[in-house]
Amino acid sequence: MTVAALNSNPTPAILPGSGGMRGAFSDLFWRRPKLLLLLMLLPPLLWLGIVYIGSLFALLLQSFFSIDEFSGLINREFTLKTYGDLFQAANLDIILRTVTMAALVTLGSAIIAFPIAYYAARYARGRWKALFYLGVMLPLWSSYLVKIYAWKLILAKEGILTWLLAKLNLLWLLDAWLSLPIVGGNSLSVSFTGTFIVFVYVWLPFMILPVQAALERVPGNLVEASSDLGASPGQTFRNVLFPLALPGIVAGSIFTFSLTLGDYIIPQIIGTSRLFIGQAVYSQQGTAGNIPLAAAFTVVPIVIMGFYLWGAKRMGAFDAL
Amino acid sequence: MRFDRGQSAPLGLKIAAACGLLFLHLPILLIFVYAFTTEEKSFVWPPPGLTTQWFAVTWNRPDVWDALSLSVRVAAISTAIALVLGTLCAAAVSQTRFFGREAISLLVILPIALPGIITGIALRSAFALADIPFSFWTIVLGHATFCVVVVYNNAVARFRRTSGSMIEASMDLGADGFQTFQHVVLPNIATALLAGGMLAFALSFDEVIVTTFTAGQQQTVPIWMLEELIRPRQRPVTNVVAMVVVLVTLLPILFAYYLTRDGDQIAGSGK
Repeated sequence: MTVAALNSNPTPAILPGSGGMRGAFSDLFWRRPKLLLLLMLLPPLLWLGIVYIGSLFALLLQSFFSIDEFSGLINREFTLKTYGDLFQAANLDIILRTVTMAALVTLGSAIIAFPIAYYAARYARGRWKALFYLGVMLPLWSSYLVKIYAWKLILAKEGILTWLLAKLNLLWLLDAWLSLPIVGGNSLSVSFTGTFIVFVYVWLPFMILPVQAALERVPGNLVEASSDLGASPGQTFRNVLFPLALPGIVAGSIFTFSLTLGDYIIPQIIGTSRLFIGQAVYSQQGTAGNIPLAAAFTVVPIVIMGFYLWGAKRMGAFDAL
Repeated sequence: MRFDRGQSAPLGLKIAAACGLLFLHLPILLIFVYAFTTEEKSFVWPPPGLTTQWFAVTWNRPDVWDALSLSVRVAAISTAIALVLGTLCAAAVSQTRFFGREAISLLVILPIALPGIITGIALRSAFALADIPFSFWTIVLGHATFCVVVVYNNAVARFRRTSGSMIEASMDLGADGFQTFQHVVLPNIATALLAGGMLAFALSFDEVIVTTFTAGQQQTVPIWMLEELIRPRQRPVTNVVAMVVVLVTLLPILFAYYLTRDGDQIAGSGK
């Protein structure tokens, strides 16, 4: 606060004490700061502790229950049978497919994010810097469903992408790609390629921001020193910039990886009928009514993310957040 | 990175960065064009003609208004709860040192760090175990839980910049705890709280994954959109609603950015 701001304040510099109940409480908090701290922490801790942690435990608890296959009723006895079901071939397929997609999405968004982050960190100044920042922030905060909807419009068979490729005489390329096994399909909106593109699009800002934060901290003279010492731009990138940006990339990958692992809406709207973990959880708890298996499925991303975070912490990724 | 000499970026980098930004923005702009298309049945491009009739059609749709009103009420109440809880938590964590401080920051961040589906199904199974029927308040319960972190992040950043000596000075000048809060602490953190509240509102207004688990028959705007995406009924209405949603979430973000742009931590850099 500046002096001018203080002077313009009509409040007198010395206020009369409040007295009464208010004053008594004020004195009490002054003498016993721990009491004030406790009173401040109690509401948020009660809320998060009971509503959130309590629910998580309830969920974890249910993953140790099992479902009676004949009656469909939930048997409330402790068993590891439900976890055993996770290792059925079909369920392992779902887990493997999701993890592969998450890894590819992470890689894809890192590649697209790097130039934007690098330009924003090194070359953008003043007005341009603000523009770049908003340019990343606005898509980040735009409605998630609207973004998916936009891609449904783009990837539809009669949509803008097909139109554009037709104008460029490149339709044969699209057809060739769609005829490939696994990544192909009837149209882009019902293929894994489509799912991949939408995942990358929706999570990209989560990658750009930490990478940019990491690159902002690289001293510019390191890059100059590298080229003074005779390194080509490629060598400078490989040996100087990339290792220094890596904690930022890992920090961003925490988001892209975790968000892809848990998402069930994108593959449902744009993708094939083959399930991802999120969809499996959703259908197990909904139509199948198998809450224990759904709960066991949610433990998979928690465990994977646990290991991921542990590895990321060792690489110093949290400093880049 | 700081450079002494003004340097221009290599052409390749410029093109890659520009393409990346276009990739981020063009799809959203496309929504604006589709809101005016005359085509009803498909997503054909280019639009065969342009019209504004769908705005009138959407205006007269009671289900859209119901969803909008529910979303606004849920977002307003969740934001209010998150403002109180987030500020209290931020004040406690930033002003004092105590055992378990790190654990509390982790606890606040957890609802947004874990995939939304986990938060959603955890809440749903807890409601089922406790025999709580789905209602307006079960939606609010979920939303407030993950909105706390947004307010918390903004408030913590501001508390860090507010020097503790101002509070001591206020006390030395005879103000009691409440007066200090009212005249010194609150004016200092007001814009950060406003920014945090805006972002919490935007986050709640847009949330769909947790909401699918905590809402019964009621539809928020995102749930309404999800229904339309899975089982399209009237595509032009969806286009118009999508455009309105983009505009409604855009304004709080721009305003929050404007409020905190001079700070060391700008609002919204973590969603």
